[in-house]
Amino acid sequence: MNVVRRMAQWNELIHPDRIHGSLYTDRSIFEAELQNIWYRTWVYVGHESEVPKANDYVVKSIGPQSVIMTRDEQGKVNLLLNRCSHRGNQVCSYDRGNARSFTCPFHSWTFANDGRLVGYAFPDGYEGQDRAELALGRVTRVESHRGFVFGSFAAEGPTLKEHLGGAAETIDRLVRTSPEGEVEVTAGFLKHRVKANWKFILENECDGYHPAFVHTSIFGVADSMIGKLYGGASTALTRDYGNGHTEIDLRPEFRKRDLPMSWFGTSEERLPDYTARMKAAYGDTAAREIMIDGTPHVMIFPNLFIAEIQMFVIQPLGVDDSVQHVTALQFKGAPDLNRRLRQQTMGSVGPAGFLLADDSEMYERCHRGVLARNPEWVFLGRGEKRERRDELGFKIGHVTDEVPSRGIWAHYRKLMEAA
Amino acid sequence: MLSRESSATLMGAVTAFLNREARLQDEHQYEAWERLWTDDGVYWVPANGANIDPEREMSIIYDNRSRIALRVRQLMTGKHFTQTPQSNLRRLVSNIELMGEQPGGDIAVASNSLIFESSLRDDTLWAARNEYRLRHVDGDLRMAYKKVVLVNNDKAIYTLSFLV
Repeated sequence: MNVVRRMAQWNELIHPDRIHGSLYTDRSIFEAELQNIWYRTWVYVGHESEVPKANDYVVKSIGPQSVIMTRDEQGKVNLLLNRCSHRGNQVCSYDRGNARSFTCPFHSWTFANDGRLVGYAFPDGYEGQDRAELALGRVTRVESHRGFVFGSFAAEGPTLKEHLGGAAETIDRLVRTSPEGEVEVTAGFLKHRVKANWKFILENECDGYHPAFVHTSIFGVADSMIGKLYGGASTALTRDYGNGHTEIDLRPEFRKRDLPMSWFGTSEERLPDYTARMKAAYGDTAAREIMIDGTPHVMIFPNLFIAEIQMFVIQPLGVDDSVQHVTALQFKGAPDLNRRLRQQTMGSVGPAGFLLADDSEMYERCHRGVLARNPEWVFLGRGEKRERRDELGFKIGHVTDEVPSRGIWAHYRKLMEAA
Repeated sequence: MLSRESSATLMGAVTAFLNREARLQDEHQYEAWERLWTDDGVYWVPANGANIDPEREMSIIYDNRSRIALRVRQLMTGKHFTQTPQSNLRRLVSNIELMGEQPGGDIAVASNSLIFESSLRDDTLWAARNEYRLRHVDGDLRMAYKKVVLVNNDKAIYTLSFLV
């Protein structure tokens, strides 16, 4: 098929209730996504707590590109591209560390951790050269929300606040789980690779239809309360915030139970220190509400998934090659809660996790499946006729409905058509 | 300090134990594998190097004895889809060394392993350094501790849902 012709016809590939299978498998579409989504819109990169001290750095990514997140001596967070401005060699070879500068091993060009070129070897060959022109590349715009740092390669476009829209509230809701109002990302990442297109992961994060089937093996043997949340009788909701952001809102179920910390399968009695700190921080009534509602299950388009106790960062490397970077969320001022968060996260996610191994198996099988072109379409119609609007005007549906997938694809189509 | 003769006998017993463990893992004999563990067993597959603190940082697997049992029970359901169908596996265990006796009487053992996995996804080669603490219980050796350091555990790795 002629690529150029198809690019002008996204509406033929994306319908409200179904999408064309080639969207997951076509290499030219993947290349177009890098340009129109990953290198244009806001993408989550890292968390400020990963570079707590001056001169700390950590290597992150935007799609296949390596990005160094640094905190310079002034305390500012920078997103620099890991590419020497001379001959392209990677200037940083370690995952994390503390460094005022990065020296390229090839010809010894040295860059400050705010990106400035501070020196090159044998400078006598560079008379009259403006060093400012030879700084490290930067992610054009950098903004953060509650410590979550996002970058955009586009000089113009919506602000991060505009991009997050209604989904910003879910991050605000998340940080309230800390008695100090802050999330920390300090537990290290597991890096789980899958031979599947990144959008299978993106859609699966707020697909409330699959858990009862895909996770039946662990729900059957562990004393888990998760299964019921995703049953036919559940009052939990799916929500489309617009801009591709989607949520599974489990609060209706937790509010019915009316038990603090039930969202995490535990109780106030088992976390006396945490409970006391929460009450001291927010007052008895608000602390109780926060501890009943729990944390969000939200997918911030295109790559940040907050899954109650965990954080996932989706990285596309190729049309059929993706990495899920996962870690346990840690809440500042909550050491007793944090230990349990780490233990449960280690059990459930990563390459050997009780939950994610099976999810990842599904992405890979879907990817191989859609290479078959009969039928050509992936059907996303579940619950379309019973979608409704919540009090803020966002589309909602039953927890098992495909409201999130339809929301993702509507936004995707806008981004791809805007190119 | 073991005599040369008792050291050779112990090496023979340890080698037989590790070969048996490898076969049970390759052939998905989950319950028999679980019976190799002591009641206080710890099964650890670190991420991001060999020496992270599993009490502070994420590991690929960090199972206490009850979680080892849960892992086996999940595999036994037949509905752990990443092992349905099961991976075809064969592993070589080599470079077995006795690393000395531990304070509690456990025997420290180290080995290398090279695992060939054939699954629906593809064929994958895994390489690891294994550290064990083995203990004599009622005349048989048991595992009190097994640490598996994958050579590439600092990189993004595919699903690892068989017993490694």
